[in-house]
Amino acid sequence: MRTPAIKSRPVYAGLQVNPHARRTLFALQGEGAKALFEQVERAGREFLTRSEVLFLAGNSVQHLAGLQQLAPHLVRQAPNLDSLLQRLRDDLAIAKMGTSLQVAGTEGFIGQVLQVAMDSHIDAASICTEHRGSLARRVQCVHCKQFTDGVTHSPFACSGCGLGLLVRDHYSRRLGAFQGVNVDAEAPGTAPSLEELYP
Amino acid sequence: MSISTDMPMRVAEITQVADRVKRFRLERRDGGTLPYFSGGAHVVVTMRDAGGLRRNAYSLMSAPHESSAYAISVLHVEKSRGGSQFMHEQVDLGTELTVSQPVNLFPVDQRGRRHLFLAGGIGITPFMAMLEQLERGGQDFELHYAIRGRSHGAYWRELQGKFGGRVNVYCDAEKVFIPVAKLLDDQPLGTHLYVCGPTGMIDATLTMARHAGWPQQNLHFERFLGPPAGNAFRVILQRSGMDVAVEGRQSILEAVEAAGVDAPFLCRGGACGQCATAVLGLDGALEHNDHYLSDAEKVSNSKLMICVSRFKGRALVLDL
Repeated sequence: MRTPAIKSRPVYAGLQVNPHARRTLFALQGEGAKALFEQVERAGREFLTRSEVLFLAGNSVQHLAGLQQLAPHLVRQAPNLDSLLQRLRDDLAIAKMGTSLQVAGTEGFIGQVLQVAMDSHIDAASICTEHRGSLARRVQCVHCKQFTDGVTHSPFACSGCGLGLLVRDHYSRRLGAFQGVNVDAEAPGTAPSLEELYP
Repeated sequence: MSISTDMPMRVAEITQVADRVKRFRLERRDGGTLPYFSGGAHVVVTMRDAGGLRRNAYSLMSAPHESSAYAISVLHVEKSRGGSQFMHEQVDLGTELTVSQPVNLFPVDQRGRRHLFLAGGIGITPFMAMLEQLERGGQDFELHYAIRGRSHGAYWRELQGKFGGRVNVYCDAEKVFIPVAKLLDDQPLGTHLYVCGPTGMIDATLTMARHAGWPQQNLHFERFLGPPAGNAFRVILQRSGMDVAVEGRQSILEAVEAAGVDAPFLCRGGACGQCATAVLGLDGALEHNDHYLSDAEKVSNSKLMICVSRFKGRALVLDL
């Protein structure tokens, strides 16, 4: 069941390397690696020696070799999301102005990287983001507050309380998640059938 | 329709703080308290004399939590259009003035990890209130203040006394200048830069910051652009059914106000966009002097910022 688009729905304008940046940090997930490959085609290789890549491969392990071939200053493959976010947090804590952050991957990934960046006092508007890979969403249940990652259907059963949740376009930048609301709260049992909306 | 926020005030103290700078302490005539404000805010002072009506914007430099009085500083400008001359020569202790409520178009970005201030001359005034605010909040800041000579700089002693080593003073006369490039290269991520002073200083600082990879979200500036003088001309105010003369030293906004027409404004310096006025008819060329409209909007000739912009030609019709 689709809901009408609303203003809080994030817009991802795409990666854009700033030639003046003293240092560029790329946080890439899965198919997000392709966003960097395309940047290199468009903007040349000059920025790579001043770039560091944090990569969470997921099902796209094949891109690791491509990233290493670009020979940036550093490529670091993270075993899981938490470890990537911790690495990023540590990097940003000692980074200087002139450092540019570029993020590409699924919406859930981008949202959680932006949370770390905002905690590090970076204005989200100065971060370049590009949506790549699955349309799956990270959703917070507005009732029990549990997060469910990789949501592809709406409605879906909350991983915390089990309620049938309608996935809204209402997005929380603070939480890095879409909001899920009980779909048949007023008349239980009347939920519409589930639909794959975010493959 | 401008929002009527005017407060009747009286000059309670005048201090000559430097060669050409006077500080005015303003209190409410009824003895009441004033609204708190946030650092970077300005007020608009209305002046009435033989020359007619004039309104100038001045940054509040007193502490934002101080509600018994406001303080502003006025530099005596050599080629004054009248405002600074009026404040310096005609305002005495006890003079009654009308002052607007504070408006802030130059606020501190509270999300910042650190705040770096670059001031040139009288551009120090908004920063004085900002530093008080940040000090109270225990936030990290550093000021770099360029002055022409020790007797020109209005507040360097007071600021060094209050904030110690976080205040750095550079004196042109001693050939010591702010090391802008070095400062830009060594700031922790999340630093915000604020610059206020002469146009050349603002432009050079912003260019250097962009070249050092700073994003525009972290760059803040305030230009005190007085309305530039030009040729006299006439404007037709369609809604009011009036034909108003604008003198060479007057802005359209000032001429319209003198004619008794109420037009909206906030900054009176071409920065805020509040006084954007639709152009209904034009036979001639608009002279856009503002920093608000985009280049595309400027060439479209569809609107005009009447606080600073002018006109050359045969006829200009405005939606006022």
